[in-house]
Amino acid sequence: MAATILVVTSGKGGVGKTTSTAALGAALASLGKKVVVVDFDVGLRNLDLIMGAERRVVYDLINVTQGDAKLNQALIRDKRLETLHLLPASQTRDKDALTSEGVARVMAELKEMFDWVIADSPAGIERGAQLAMHHADMAVVVTNPEVSSVRDSDRIIGMLDSTTARAKAGERIAKHLLLTRYDPARAARGDMLKTEDVLEILSIPLLGIIPESQDVLRASNIGSPVTLADPTSAPARAYMDAARRLMGEQVEMSVPGEKRGLFGKLFGRKVA
Amino acid sequence: MNLFNFFKPRRSAPVARERLQILLAHERVAGSHSQLVAVLQEEILAVIARHMQIDRDKVKVKLDRGDEINTLEIDIEMPAARAA
Repeated sequence: MAATILVVTSGKGGVGKTTSTAALGAALASLGKKVVVVDFDVGLRNLDLIMGAERRVVYDLINVTQGDAKLNQALIRDKRLETLHLLPASQTRDKDALTSEGVARVMAELKEMFDWVIADSPAGIERGAQLAMHHADMAVVVTNPEVSSVRDSDRIIGMLDSTTARAKAGERIAKHLLLTRYDPARAARGDMLKTEDVLEILSIPLLGIIPESQDVLRASNIGSPVTLADPTSAPARAYMDAARRLMGEQVEMSVPGEKRGLFGKLFGRKVA
Repeated sequence: MNLFNFFKPRRSAPVARERLQILLAHERVAGSHSQLVAVLQEEILAVIARHMQIDRDKVKVKLDRGDEINTLEIDIEMPAARAA
């Protein structure tokens, strides 16, 4: 088995990297794939909390890279989906404790054990973010329809094309845009960047549109990826479609659960 | 908000779109320039090192973007000749 290594990245913080990592990881696992989600945010780990596994963390990524624990001791198997696993980040260690050699070893080992290795990148463009993207075959660039997020995504796309192992070997890394916190009604009114605006500016293919939704906060409150917390909710369906697209399926693009008021019905236009 | 404003469309997204397009056009060029600066610095250092000993941090290369022209500033600090 040789996994696809996917990095979930954005540059800007707070746009939904960890939410998207958990949701896509759970979606792929529910489709029968063997998945591990890896938290690269050393010192500020949160993927464990979003996955509802915060009390089960014994060893972490740094323990494994430094040889203090075996990979199997650090991996946490999800209680809801048996093909879903978590490799947590360290909360107490300094972020410099993560070495590129250590990461390379762990990623090589994970690649043999799983179908999908999903790296949850820290925010920023520093070493942590570069380590998270270094071994990636594919990238999901999480972007909000908002100027600072789009600018930072542009920067990250530049880095994906220049600093990753694939880029240095002269190969391409597949990049996908995941537009999160999208509000179709505001976009239709002209008060939010439209999907096609963001696509035109960043010029990478669209993986999915995740609508702004209370269901995302509700899922994080109870420690469940949104795709498992309420699979029928609008964001869950959007993430599920995105996961199918990652697997190469053709799924028609829509904004699930799009509710239109009278104004939207009269004047709203479809996105994407 | 008066009645006039209520009916006047206040669309901010096109402004955002235009600002981003202008900004990113500049930043993408600047990104490739920053690599150019690094390459220039290395090559200038190598040339000077053939003729004299010089510290890496004594060669400074700076690229400034102006409205009309860009300027490339190269600042090389040479060791002072010692009195015999």
